[in-house]
Amino acid sequence: MNRIDRRFQELRRAGRQALIPYITAGDPRPDLTVPMLHALVEAGADILELGVPFSDPMADGPVIQKACERALAHGMSLRGVLELVRDFRRTDAETPVVLMGYLNPIESLGYDAFVAGVRDAGVDGVLTVDLPPEEAAELTEPLKAAGIAPIFLLAPTSSSARIRRTAELAQGYLYYVSLKGVTGSAALNVAEVADKLAEIRALTDLPLGVGFGIKDPPTAAAIARVADAVVVGSTLVAKMGELADDPARMRREVAEVIAAMRRAMDEARG
Amino acid sequence: MKALHEKVDYRQFPDRTGHFGRYGGRFVAETLMEALHELDEAWQAYRHDPEFLAELDRDLARYVGRPSPLYHAERWSRQLGGAQIYLKREDLNHTGAHKINNTVGQALLAKRMGKTRLIAETGAGQHGVASATVAARLGMECVVYMGAEDIQRQAPNVYRMRLLGATVQPVTSGSRTLKDALNEALRDWVANVDDTFYMIGTVAGPHPYPLLVREFQAVIGRETREQMLADHGCLPDALVACVGGGSNAIGLFHPFLNDREVAMYGVEAAGSGIETGRHAATLCAGRPGVLHGNRTYLLNDANGQITETHSVSAGLDYPGVGPEHAWLKDIGRAHYVAVTDDEALQGFHDLTRIEGIIPALETSHALAYVTQLAPTMRSDQRIVINLSGRGDKDIYTVAALEGAQL
Repeated sequence: MNRIDRRFQELRRAGRQALIPYITAGDPRPDLTVPMLHALVEAGADILELGVPFSDPMADGPVIQKACERALAHGMSLRGVLELVRDFRRTDAETPVVLMGYLNPIESLGYDAFVAGVRDAGVDGVLTVDLPPEEAAELTEPLKAAGIAPIFLLAPTSSSARIRRTAELAQGYLYYVSLKGVTGSAALNVAEVADKLAEIRALTDLPLGVGFGIKDPPTAAAIARVADAVVVGSTLVAKMGELADDPARMRREVAEVIAAMRRAMDEARG
Repeated sequence: MKALHEKVDYRQFPDRTGHFGRYGGRFVAETLMEALHELDEAWQAYRHDPEFLAELDRDLARYVGRPSPLYHAERWSRQLGGAQIYLKREDLNHTGAHKINNTVGQALLAKRMGKTRLIAETGAGQHGVASATVAARLGMECVVYMGAEDIQRQAPNVYRMRLLGATVQPVTSGSRTLKDALNEALRDWVANVDDTFYMIGTVAGPHPYPLLVREFQAVIGRETREQMLADHGCLPDALVACVGGGSNAIGLFHPFLNDREVAMYGVEAAGSGIETGRHAATLCAGRPGVLHGNRTYLLNDANGQITETHSVSAGLDYPGVGPEHAWLKDIGRAHYVAVTDDEALQGFHDLTRIEGIIPALETSHALAYVTQLAPTMRSDQRIVINLSGRGDKDIYTVAALEGAQL
């Protein structure tokens, strides 16, 4: 069984929701990524989303754009990201790792080499932002054959037909984009999210994660009441950018954000 | 293999899912899929609607100034000593380039879809001006995304857009040029999808844009075909057009694709020379990948990161190209070549001094290639060049390069 499925099974048994932090690999410096991932796990992360930097991140807001620029300036690449995951796996064999990025670096590497690379590095899921279900079969089939979950986005505008089609192709979890906008946009509307999640749940048994616009512990807690997973990205990445010159403090403060969200989510449950 | 090609009806492409062979498609985040679906439905509903087509024809005739003349450049033909050269005068359109054919069409679609806000990306500013122009005429809000770098290089067009009432939004991410402006326009569209229409300026982007823009630009080739048949009773032997994203080239080529005797040449920007790495010759020097919603040829590094391009002409300074061109290249229906900045500048001066027409620097690339092509052909053969834009906007660039004080 894939680590992602196992993790959601454990959480469900415990009546808890997953907390999924996102950071961009290689930001602010490649050598800081693996220690940051371990710190996130220690602070209460259940699954890790690791961004593969791309020169043209068209679904991302300014915070993650800047993170991509910082990582690329340090020579980070898809191959480099796989090295980082391999490194992380040396001391953590349990926490699921999901790569999130854009299609062109994968096309450039070649699908076969990519699938072999993620499998060997110990990646558990792949979310390719600009690869909708209609174009995805060529990549999802070899991923699934290698035991790696293809993860897809759903949006407020997704019709029931699209939700059904996406759910058929997806494994691991579905990532619901909580608002019309790019990553790091303004606040989301919890009631609207709850309505849409109810619609999606009627169509699939996959766990539902929610991301985009979750900036603080109260929002994380509110989302945890209606979703199976809470994804937090830009808030962490902004802090990493600000504290890039002080890695120890960066790790501490970013971990504190995750710990506070974890507490708020667990209290909301109790 | 050849026999198979003989049977291809090139004009049946893209297929219903927006593919030209393996190119094209719809590679965007889920947040845009419904918007693209809605646009596709609107296009399918109106593309054969008599009222829509009549309004489009009326606008093209009375606002844009179509049909544009097909002019025989006799003196230049004689000097080159080969084929007869004809210029399709898109430079005489309102706003001075072919770009307006597309924005007039997309604006009519936007109006029928009930959208109240137009957004566009621009590199040199020509598509931005053409977008701001139709927005002013329809009384719609207009935001044009433009790389901060390009805003510096193209000050007159920035001012024209502002005069027309558009907001010019500087883009400071990435390389601060056209590709980044496109990213930013897509981000705006995701966030404002309910009331906003995104006018893409070239035959690239997610389906249905490459189809939509081609259909609005194909008026160039349709007119050329009629004009050639009326004047000479035969089709041209060769078509030549510059290729950045490729909209003026597709506009000229498309109505001739099934006329297998008509040769086609797309001319890319070799910048300082392809071997220097400072160029924008995507089809000549790139490889297939995915960017801005479609699979096509791209200029990218070994890790799949998009690389910065260079051309003396801002309108060709783009690391991608329309997917239909990628397909036409692979199947061999069109040929793609590249000329350098210096060669293009020579073409700019040649046409200006020999025919009294100041061409855009983009167009000058096509002219430069014709100076090589024409002498290899017989004097009873005919070449049509798409004179895609006039060069008034470029006189500052040319003056600066040649050390002239304005």
